[in-house]
Amino acid sequence: MSQPAASTADRHPMPGMMVYNVKLGMWIFLLSEVMFFTALIGSYIILRFAHPDHFAEPGAVLNVPLTAFNTFVLICSSVSMVKAYAAITQGDQKGLRFWLLVTILLGTFFVGVQVVEYIILAREGFVPMVELYGVAHEIEGAALYGATFYTMTGFHGTHVTIGILCMWFVLYRAWQGKYSADNYGAVEIMGLYWHFVDLVWIILFTIVYLI
Amino acid sequence: MAGNGQEPRYFLIWFILFVLTMAEVGYAFLALPQWLLATGLILMALWKALLVALYYMHLKFEPKRLWILAASPLPLAVILVIAVLTEF
Repeated sequence: MSQPAASTADRHPMPGMMVYNVKLGMWIFLLSEVMFFTALIGSYIILRFAHPDHFAEPGAVLNVPLTAFNTFVLICSSVSMVKAYAAITQGDQKGLRFWLLVTILLGTFFVGVQVVEYIILAREGFVPMVELYGVAHEIEGAALYGATFYTMTGFHGTHVTIGILCMWFVLYRAWQGKYSADNYGAVEIMGLYWHFVDLVWIILFTIVYLI
Repeated sequence: MAGNGQEPRYFLIWFILFVLTMAEVGYAFLALPQWLLATGLILMALWKALLVALYYMHLKFEPKRLWILAASPLPLAVILVIAVLTEF
């Protein structure tokens, strides 16, 4: 007897892969995202090696303690996301809604801090097109630093924002009782995306802020 | 999901990630040669990324074939960076 297609547990896995199709699709999408962020991070590393004098030392321009705290916030949001997933696999609707809401709030806080950081930097004159920037010390050709910094962190922030919007939708569906211990696929793939975004930030924080 | 039906220790992983983040920030400002700083920081970042992938993305509990799929872009990423490096 066939089961409703909505049941995650009963979905037919992709032949040979042993995971259901939507999950496999999310993994393949995330792998394409690996290449996307590799292009950005790789470009940054190469430009930095080629023009070390166009980049500032860690902490000279960017606020490391604030961003370290923000990194911690994003890590916390990963825990809340995985707790939401764990809750629904046990049929805990209330837990699912609670942890999803916590994740949304933490993600929104992360983006908010990033926006505040941008505003502060822009007021100090650190914008993508700036040629000479000097608050802590002068950096000639700072346009390269500004462009790479805003491109990488901006794309990441966009990913977080998209994740938050998608999570509102998942939360809305959770409130409608659409998920259960047998049907949690959407929560799982939402989690995969969210953890990936966290993973990318872990790398970005190290490369952009600390090295 | 954990193969034995038990929930992985999510909060323990969270604590390790927190400690590693603090360690990274402290390490970044030590008076060490640049290559040593960069190597240490990248290793810590990779450790954190691996923890997230293994436990939060549940890769540790997924079929081995998904592991292979997940690792497939890594050599391509290395090739991409090396290919662009040759431009300099």
